[in-house]
Parts: sequence; C-alpha cells; structure tokens
Amino acid sequence: MVDFGGWDMPVEYSGIVAEHMATRTAAGLFDVSHMGEIEVRGPHALQLVQHVSCNDASKLVVGQAHYSGLMTERGTFVDDLLVHKISDTHYFLCVNASNQDQDFEHIRAHNGVGAQIENAGARYSQLAIQGPKALGILQRFSTTPLDSIRYYYFAFGKVDGVDCMIARTGYTGEDGFEIYFAPEHSEKLWSALLDAGSGHGLLPCGLGARNTLRLEASMCLYGHEIDDTTTPWEAGLGWICKTAKGDFLGRDALIRQKEKGVDRILVGFEMQDRLIARDGCVVSIGGSPAGRVTSGSPAPFLKKNVGMAYVPTASKAPGTEISIGVRANQAPARIVPMPFYKRAK
Amino acid sequence: MYPSDYRYTKEHEWVKVSGDTGTIGITDYAQHELGDVVFVEMPAVGAKIAAGRVFGTVESVKAVSEIYAPVSGEVTEANALLSATPETLNTDPHGAAWLVKIKLSNPSEASALMDAAAYQAFISEKEASA
Repeated sequence: MVDFGGWDMPVEYSGIVAEHMATRTAAGLFDVSHMGEIEVRGPHALQLVQHVSCNDASKLVVGQAHYSGLMTERGTFVDDLLVHKISDTHYFLCVNASNQDQDFEHIRAHNGVGAQIENAGARYSQLAIQGPKALGILQRFSTTPLDSIRYYYFAFGKVDGVDCMIARTGYTGEDGFEIYFAPEHSEKLWSALLDAGSGHGLLPCGLGARNTLRLEASMCLYGHEIDDTTTPWEAGLGWICKTAKGDFLGRDALIRQKEKGVDRILVGFEMQDRLIARDGCVVSIGGSPAGRVTSGSPAPFLKKNVGMAYVPTASKAPGTEISIGVRANQAPARIVPMPFYKRAK
Repeated sequence: MYPSDYRYTKEHEWVKVSGDTGTIGITDYAQHELGDVVFVEMPAVGAKIAAGRVFGTVESVKAVSEIYAPVSGEVTEANALLSATPETLNTDPHGAAWLVKIKLSNPSEASALMDAAAYQAFISEKEASA
C-alpha cells in the first residue's frame, strides 16, 4: 500500500504487467474512490463552469461528459477534470484526489455568479471497469442498456441494485465504464464485479497498472505532463481549449501564447535500446540538454519502453533522434507520434 | 525459502561463498517488492566491486533499484540469462537468476552478514511494521 493523496492504495494486486494485459485483452477493475467530485448547481451553474474551465461546456447535452482543464489566470492547469452535464442547472466534475480541496477553493474564489458549489468527494465512491469485456461483465448487474450509452456519455441506473451514475469514460485507452455511487456500497459492488469478472479474465488493478495504461494511451497525468506551469497548447491539449467560447480564466494568456507560438511542447518517445527513461530524466538533442521526461516506463502491451517529455517546439517532429540521461548513460530515443497505443474500434 | 548456506544483507542481496568464489543475487523478498523485473544492468567481467557499494541496477515496471555488493571482489561472470529473460528474477531469485559471480578479495567478509534465520527475522519485522 502507498499513501496517495491521503488514501492508502495498492500499487499492484497480482502484478502490474498481468493487470495491464488483463485490461487490454479482457477487463480490469479499479477502485478509484480517491478521485474527487465537485458539484455545481443553480441557474448560473453553466456560467461558472464556463468561467473556470477551458473546454466549451455549453456544447454538452444532458447526459454527456467531456475532458477539460481548470485554468489559472495564466492559462495553466489548476487541474484536469471530467465535466458531466446532469441537467441545465447541475454539472458534476470529477477531479484529481490530491487537488480536490484546492480545486474547490479555486472554483469558489471565482464564483461571481452565485452558483452553489459542493465539495462532494465524501459522498461518492468510484469504480472503473475497463477493457473489451467490461461492458459484458457490467451488463449482468444492470437493467440499463449499457451499449446505448455512447463514449463520453453517462446515464443513471442501478448496478446490482445500487443507484449509480454510469459513465462510459476511462483512463486506460480501452472501452469501459466509470461508476459513481454512495460509499457504503463499495465493498458489495467491488466484490460482485470481481466475482463475476474473474471467469472472464478480469483482474483487480492497482495504481501501477493505472499509470502504465494511461501512459501507453498517451493520456496526461497532473503533476507530470500538466501542472500550474504548463498550458493546454504546450501539453498537446489544444482540443480542450476553446478560446472562441467567450471569456474564461486564462483566456487572454492563452490567446497571446497561441499567437506567439509555444516554446516547448509535449512529445512522445520510444527508447532505442533496453534502458528505461523515468520521470525527471534529462532529454538532450544534438548533445545539449533540451527538456525533461514527464513520464517514462515500460509499455507492457506494446513491449517497448516509452515516455513523454517537453522539448523545444522546433524539435517536435516524429523521427527526431534524442538522447535521455539514464544513470550514467546517454540512452538513444526517438520522437514518435502519440498515442503510442490506440485500441481497434 | 531462504537457503541456509547463503548470507544476506539488509539491502536484500544474498551471497553464496564456495572457496574463493562468491555468487551474488537478490532475495525473494526483493523481487516481490520490485514486482515485474524488466531490465538488469550488471558490471562487465573484470570489474571490481566493493562491499556496501552499488554495483548494478535491477528495474521493474514500476521502479529502479540499485544493487549493493554484499562482499568485495572481481567479477568473473555476469548471468547472461538475465539479459534475455530478466523476469527469471521473479521466479527463481535464489537459483537460476543469480546476478554475478566474483573472485572474492576477502572471503571472511561474508561472515559479517546475516544468516538465513537472521534475515528471515529481519524481513518478518519489516513486514509487521509495514
């Protein structure tokens, strides 16, 4: 067990590689109850969500979710999050565990429209069931036709008799669901899904596999690829940054940076020998230090050693040869397109 | 579990002494803590290693771990099996997955290390406090 934002969480159950492969080929079950939930309600809920986040929440329909960023006035990340539209007057935000309290304070500090904001983390547990067999396993416990929930949509329904918000979202690069429910049902739902899934290759997964899966799928992790010094443009997240939607926190800075162009940008790389780059390793290009690795690890499904790093924008092209300081070695690596892994549809 | 003819360090290495040859590896406890081993970096034949000093690296998916020499000497062989199948360290850490063999420069050094019973007690204490 490790301490993770005040939660005791297992790094692995049966082993990171086995858990990672189970999620890619069958299913993985993740207890992600540490994730934070913040609910915004009232006639001005949308205005507040629009003001503090960079994606355009006015485009969401009821029952739809999207990925977004909570922005500082500098256009950098307070956090990344999922925004779910429950109704015209109710938005449900899923945020990182370790940022929950500061996110809540940030949103409250910028609530000039009188929306109601609830720091609701203690009212929800969350389980994620991910992988090609996730839908089939979960469907046995629910009368909600899960296949009618499209990717990045959600529905309210029962799972094993428990009231849940069932979202077709995830952090693994696989199809799957994240379900939110009252904490007193956690053990019952965990056990039920584990029992039902074990005959189908489902494994319980810890933080280790959660990290390797998201890295293999080239998803950002707060504190690594993004933080309050990085902008969406730099992180390759321009697709969640809708400066045309109207005013929001950080918009002016983001427009200026876009016009000027970014100095550095997040890229993916593959190691060319057997050395493994880790977070913090120095990236050199043409023999000179040029950036740092934000995440690096073996990618168990691809059977390659991969990572992400910030490099000068001029050096971002796939195929660019870089070297990475790994202990006493300068390990050769090559910039490659992201995502490293994309599931077959 | 822990062979009675090996000696052990608090950093979870083992050494088996036979004559002036020492065979060095990491313990079952160490492989379990590391998880899936994916890469092993060992010194070349002829390299000198010194008791208590880092001489190699074992990497798992989640972590990098430095390996300390339990005893001093000159490397006579590095285990080629581990470059092809580093995962052997997870399945046979006290046997086929030895790391290096060395010519001992001071064969009496090993007697200062823990025997199997002492090591077993050492890790039981660690597990109890974890």
